[in-house]
Amino acid sequence: MSLLHVAVFIPFLFSAGLLVSRKFLESMHRGWLALPVPILLFVFFLWHIPQVQETPIIHAASWIPSLGITITFNLDGLSLLFALLISGIGLLVVLYSIYYLDEEKKDQQRFYAYLLLFMGAMLGVVLSDNLLVLYAFWEITSIASFLLIAYWYERERSQYGALKSMLITVFGGLAMFAGFILLYVMTGTFSIREIISQVDNITGHSLILPALILVLLGAFTKSAQFPFHIWLPDAMEAPTPVSAYLHSATMVKAGLYLVARCSPIFAMQAQWFWIVSIGGLITLIYGSMKAVRQTDLKALLAYSTISQLGLIMCLLGLGSAAGLQTSTATSLFFAQATTAGLFHLFNHAVFKGALFMVVGIVDHETGTRDLRKLGGLIRIMPVTFTIASIGAFSMAGLPPFGGFLSKEMFFTSVLNIRELNMWSLESWGILIPVLAWIASVFTFMYSIILLVRTFGGKYDKERYHNKPHEASIGLLVSPTVLASLALAIGLFPALPATWLIEPAMTSVHPHLLTPGEHFHIHIRMWHGWTTEVWMTAALIAIGALLVILYKKRGWVLSGSGEKARFTLNRLYDKTLEGSEYASEKLTSLYMNGSIRQYLIYIFMFFVIALSTTMLALPVFTLDFSDHAPIDGYELAAIVALGLAALAVPLSQNRIASILLTGAVGYMVTLLFVLFRAPDLALTQLIVETVSVVLFLLCFKHLPKLKKENVKISFKMTNALIAAAVGIVVTFIALGVSSGHDIKSISDYFIKESYHLAGGKNMVNVILVDFRGFDTMLEVVVLGIASLGIYALVKLRVEDRGDQTSKLDTNRLAGFVGKRPFNSNDVILMTAARIIIFIIVLFSINLFFAGHNAPGGGFIGGLLTAAAIILFAIAFGMDAVKRVLPVNYRTMTGIGLLIAVLTGAGSFLFKAPFLSHSFGHFQLPILGETELATAVIFDLGVYLSVIGVTLTIILSVGRER
Amino acid sequence: MELVMAITTGLLFAVAVYLILSRSVLRIILGTSLLTHGVHLLIMNMAGLKRGSAPLISEDTMSYTDPLPQALILTSIVINFGVTAFFLVLAYRANQTLGTDDLEKLRGGDENE
Repeated sequence: MSLLHVAVFIPFLFSAGLLVSRKFLESMHRGWLALPVPILLFVFFLWHIPQVQETPIIHAASWIPSLGITITFNLDGLSLLFALLISGIGLLVVLYSIYYLDEEKKDQQRFYAYLLLFMGAMLGVVLSDNLLVLYAFWEITSIASFLLIAYWYERERSQYGALKSMLITVFGGLAMFAGFILLYVMTGTFSIREIISQVDNITGHSLILPALILVLLGAFTKSAQFPFHIWLPDAMEAPTPVSAYLHSATMVKAGLYLVARCSPIFAMQAQWFWIVSIGGLITLIYGSMKAVRQTDLKALLAYSTISQLGLIMCLLGLGSAAGLQTSTATSLFFAQATTAGLFHLFNHAVFKGALFMVVGIVDHETGTRDLRKLGGLIRIMPVTFTIASIGAFSMAGLPPFGGFLSKEMFFTSVLNIRELNMWSLESWGILIPVLAWIASVFTFMYSIILLVRTFGGKYDKERYHNKPHEASIGLLVSPTVLASLALAIGLFPALPATWLIEPAMTSVHPHLLTPGEHFHIHIRMWHGWTTEVWMTAALIAIGALLVILYKKRGWVLSGSGEKARFTLNRLYDKTLEGSEYASEKLTSLYMNGSIRQYLIYIFMFFVIALSTTMLALPVFTLDFSDHAPIDGYELAAIVALGLAALAVPLSQNRIASILLTGAVGYMVTLLFVLFRAPDLALTQLIVETVSVVLFLLCFKHLPKLKKENVKISFKMTNALIAAAVGIVVTFIALGVSSGHDIKSISDYFIKESYHLAGGKNMVNVILVDFRGFDTMLEVVVLGIASLGIYALVKLRVEDRGDQTSKLDTNRLAGFVGKRPFNSNDVILMTAARIIIFIIVLFSINLFFAGHNAPGGGFIGGLLTAAAIILFAIAFGMDAVKRVLPVNYRTMTGIGLLIAVLTGAGSFLFKAPFLSHSFGHFQLPILGETELATAVIFDLGVYLSVIGVTLTIILSVGRER
Repeated sequence: MELVMAITTGLLFAVAVYLILSRSVLRIILGTSLLTHGVHLLIMNMAGLKRGSAPLISEDTMSYTDPLPQALILTSIVINFGVTAFFLVLAYRANQTLGTDDLEKLRGGDENE
């Protein structure tokens, strides 16, 4: 960890802190709590400027060492330029928003939490050296943007805009991620610096073109380049400070950052030059032409932002031509475009930030952003007007503001590109400056329109809801700072050029410098009567003329109505609608809500997967030689079992079905006896008995078995699937019982159960000792099931409405007054008095004998429970409550606690959980006795099983 | 013996699946019970039947049946009891509240999409 890491994570910390600050400082504007973060960061990055000019600052912290991912932060010139924009503009925006959101009392902390989340993520993007870390931060900026656009989430437009921006930028982000992985495949590293150092190896690689396109998809979607720009105008639903910060100054520039950062990797590819330059140029013209037509101030600024981002993108593309050159001199010549791009990026953040804040002020003070309503504000808001003019003139490219300088440099770059001796640019390359100039005319037009239509003209107070007035000083501070900066850059361009642009150039064009060398950039206002000057003069003249003509026509362009035409927005909407519709159709095709259908899928899959595996693989052998002989008893039991099972589906009577199922269970018990499994036989016997009681208890609540009036095809399908499953299982059973190639692990248990655990009943030893953990969790599952049953029986859903409760009463009317378990059978009652004690004693015997003879906690517990159930049947459920006032849920809990504590007790002896110990002791009267801790564990099981069983039976039995 | 047991297991599975695919909740629950029996017999079959004496250590014998499947089945029997009980109570509560035990009618409403 280093200060750099701290710098990136401070915003996240504050963001989380703000969310929990609900109670704290109720009356204070949350903005004041957020403000220290950007101030600290801004000072921190300012302080590093001199150091970064010499050499980048790199700090690494290990994140996922097993994957070789380290959070390496690399503060070089390019990162610093962005970091200063993020923290500097962030500082002004937070300050501005404190006055802008003065009426949003309750949700302030949410706003600032998101804003700081974005700030941290954006810093992470521009500082990360590891591509995966960069990707992670990149997506967090998308999420923060989503949250901020949807800040007024109850508005439908906000939801729409937020979703749109999210879908498009995340789509691009995923593409970019794929591109990063391709880079990793080629180079074996995610570190940008290391990839750049191996750039010679990957230049001819077949994957470089896909990687390039995928990375550019990320950059173009994030930076709203044509045709992915459509999300940005809709993102204007966000509060204006957000638009100023994310959607003009910082987040949308992440794509530009990525292009600049990856230039050293891809610039040797001609495709990079073409896609970036042409993509940028198209976006520049398209955006500027759309901006002229807008009537909403923020929409105008949104399209102007798209256009300006295109301009910078285009410049970065033109600058990458340096990578196609062999000689350093010509490379440096073309690299000027990159200088222009970075410089304009800086200028744009400044003037566009100011303009957005002005628009926010106009909106805040007049209540409208509609250009058709606005006008004449120059007298009422003179300070705002001054700021707006500086911003607009800088945007239009008029001297003496910063925008003028970068526009001149832009013209120089597009003129220079004709000299690239490739693709016969010298002949048709003239198109590029011509298109650039046309776009600049539109840029001039919308800048002037913005100014004139808002502030010029006559003031008509009828048109405003509120009475407009000059903004408060708090709102004006931030845009004033930015406007002054725009002027200062124009007058003293050498300052940003030396301190910010030169180090940033080093990052974008590292190959052009020998170590220790610096770029030397001179930006001047006046170069003499060059082509650029004439171009500027012409664009002012033509632009002014067009604005005047436009005004005469009442600011309406023919064909500005965009109805019934193909638009990208329409394409987006239709695609989204279509995919939602299609996926819903597809899903409901097989997810139709019928559990039977789902079960059929499962069974079909089971049959197909297993039968093909058995047929395809040579694992399946039929070998009857090893089989045990069969005798008459066994055959009789099996026949009885089969007949009972077959009779269950045929029975139309509830009692008969239940009893037949019980019969199957008892036959299985018999088989367990024959197969020498005494523990299983005992368990199954008791469980079967308790189950039948339970079925009969629930019985009165279940409806009669109706003769199922279903189609024969329904039954046939079921029968077919059932037969298929049965056959597959038969073959599996045959397969597993033939040929035992794999040695059973049971030999260990057989050999060690007496030596290690001191028990002669291997099954019990496995349960309580070798696999004690399983048993403990099993008891937990039982406990959960019993509590679930208790809750289902006891808790009624009361808010179902009258209709159901009426139905309920009707349905149950027949049972009211009957007490189904008040037995009047004298023989049963008499016999039960004695038998119950015998059963209980026997169960206790089974429990204690369990370690060495058949029995144990499970069996003992079940049998004790069975005795109490017999009592309940003979004397009524309420009698149990009188005689044994025990809370069986508590009993379950105590049992579990004993089991867990026994397990934890082994910690005292520094042994693993559930290690048991035993010993033989000489006790008075009893003689030599074996005592094992496993018995205590088994006691826990015993108590829980009693608790669980009785909770279940008594909850159901007491049910009316 | 193993062959007969394999067929019995298959039969139990087939009947169980048939019951599970029917509409009535009670039949489905009985089906799951039968399915459990089938699984138990399958596990028993895996280890081989009637090899050696019951898994209780004594001095008379050196060969025992495999104790591990028995431990597994014992766990399963008890769990099955809990699950069946839960299922039963769920079924009759659903029947009381919704007035049907036909699973084809219990498809969930629009509100839980």
